[in-house]
Amino acid sequence: MIKAIIIDDEPLARLVVREYLQGFPQVTVLQECNDGFEGLKAIQQHQPDILFLDVQMPKINGFEMLELVEEMPAVIFTTAFEEHAIRAFEVNAVDYLLKPFSKDRFEKALQKWLDRQSSTNTTTTTPDTTQLLETAAASPLQSNRIVVKINGKIKIIPVQDVHYLEAADDYVKIVTQEGPFLKNKTMSFFEQSLDPQQFARVHRSYILNVNQVTRIEPYEKENHLAILRNGAKVPVSKTGYPKLKTALGL
Amino acid sequence: MIKRPLSDRSFRWTLIVTTYVFLLIYGVVLIQWYRLSPAIAWADSAVHLLLLAFAVLLIHHNLSYYRPGKGRYVFVISYSTVLTGLWLAAATCQLKYFFHLDTVYAQWLNQSLPVHFIIGWLVITGMGLRSLAFYDMVEQREDLARKETSERLSREAELYKLRQQLQPHFLFNSLNSINALIAIRPQEAREMVLRLSDFLRGTLRREDQQWILLPEELQYLQWYLDIEKVRFGHRLSTEVVAQAGTDTLLMPPMLLQPVVENAIKYGLYDTTDAITITIKAWVQDNMLYVQVQNPYDSALQQPHRGTGFGLSSIRRRLYLLFARQDLLETSCDDLIFTTLIKVPQPHDKSNNN
Repeated sequence: MIKAIIIDDEPLARLVVREYLQGFPQVTVLQECNDGFEGLKAIQQHQPDILFLDVQMPKINGFEMLELVEEMPAVIFTTAFEEHAIRAFEVNAVDYLLKPFSKDRFEKALQKWLDRQSSTNTTTTTPDTTQLLETAAASPLQSNRIVVKINGKIKIIPVQDVHYLEAADDYVKIVTQEGPFLKNKTMSFFEQSLDPQQFARVHRSYILNVNQVTRIEPYEKENHLAILRNGAKVPVSKTGYPKLKTALGL
Repeated sequence: MIKRPLSDRSFRWTLIVTTYVFLLIYGVVLIQWYRLSPAIAWADSAVHLLLLAFAVLLIHHNLSYYRPGKGRYVFVISYSTVLTGLWLAAATCQLKYFFHLDTVYAQWLNQSLPVHFIIGWLVITGMGLRSLAFYDMVEQREDLARKETSERLSREAELYKLRQQLQPHFLFNSLNSINALIAIRPQEAREMVLRLSDFLRGTLRREDQQWILLPEELQYLQWYLDIEKVRFGHRLSTEVVAQAGTDTLLMPPMLLQPVVENAIKYGLYDTTDAITITIKAWVQDNMLYVQVQNPYDSALQQPHRGTGFGLSSIRRRLYLLFARQDLLETSCDDLIFTTLIKVPQPHDKSNNN
């Protein structure tokens, strides 16, 4: 049995997927979800093999939801937004279906994945999906907020509330007024997805929200310290200093 | 806004240089031709010309604040005549006060009064008429620019709407819903196709219209909301109330559409609860009020809500149409976001112009 979950905020859109799945008796839909929060819970509960996922949804969008999933299932996106679809095709996700899609198109997508499953018998789709997410993260869709999971709860942080980001082993520490949050991502992921007008990579281990800076002091030779509004001090390296000056418009 | 004359650098310099040059010429003429002593000649020239420059500046300046709609030429000529009289009186009194011992000069001054008056009058009137033409031209140019921007903006709004709002999500998602309905409820699918066609035709037809009746606009919005109702099942309910007496009121097309789209976007797309969107229209003091309310969750909202394309373009359009900044109001408490649009009625508008 292949376990599937459909995540879309429009009931009729979920209905189309269900109808098209009738030709695949081996696929069982365990749950239909209205948004990313529900979807995340369902994924943890059922450990599905494949997701049919919309992008634009209430609360958190499809991409943001996937960022919080630990055991990544295969994903077929179903969306009306062409912008993301084109990128997805380039990185060859399992598939990216543009609404409205035909039964043929749907079956081809699913069959492609099923064939790959039976031939290798491993989840080869995971790298594809991960790559897709990295590329899609650069789109403006989610660049104005960061979604994190803390004690099993989902928290949405608007980027202007972020003071700075600090590398912490395999994680990135997101420092805000309410305290630090950890996210399992790389510094370069954030460097690419955050607005360069607002965020500058001032150090190998630090990305700084330039709107939080009140002054810059020299520190040791060739280095600087940025002092934030709340008094926190962030080191600025020799190569980071010009970037900070550009972002501040100096 | 019309620039005040003294803030215009080229005007300032032209006035200074011209005054100075004529001051020299007049002084030399007085010495060489009328054989006045140099001290008296330069004083005479300086007093007459500096006061004349002041009079010219005064008329130019005053006309930038006040120009009567009717009889503007009569006004300018009378004004310049009075000003010339004052100028000549001031200059003559001052010179006589300085040089009252010199009877020859005092006599000469008296004799030359008519000539001074005519020359002064010509200069001041000339300046007044020129200023009038100049300010009229500036005003006309501004009017034209305003009209052009208004037209361009509404065109852009329409294009933007068709491109950004309809095509990517609304249109394709609606077609996707129709695709689902065809298999299970074909009758409903057919209704949806018809409603979508009505809505799209409405969008195209209204492109050239300047004013549209409120019931037409509300009908159009109703089609849009009905389509969204099919898409989101029974999660969306709407309440559209138009008070008696609003049937004949007019509004610019495409004005309400972005407001309702915003309401849908933040009220419906951002939540999974059942919600109600309320549209109310009423009339007060010959002004049409339309209020759109949607629930919203402040915890989940993106920051800077309300500065998006929709509301800022409405504010801009209202300003371009009526030259008023106070026609769009938004407010929100914890749960409800309210947008209020006031539309002055067109016959009222023509009175103002």
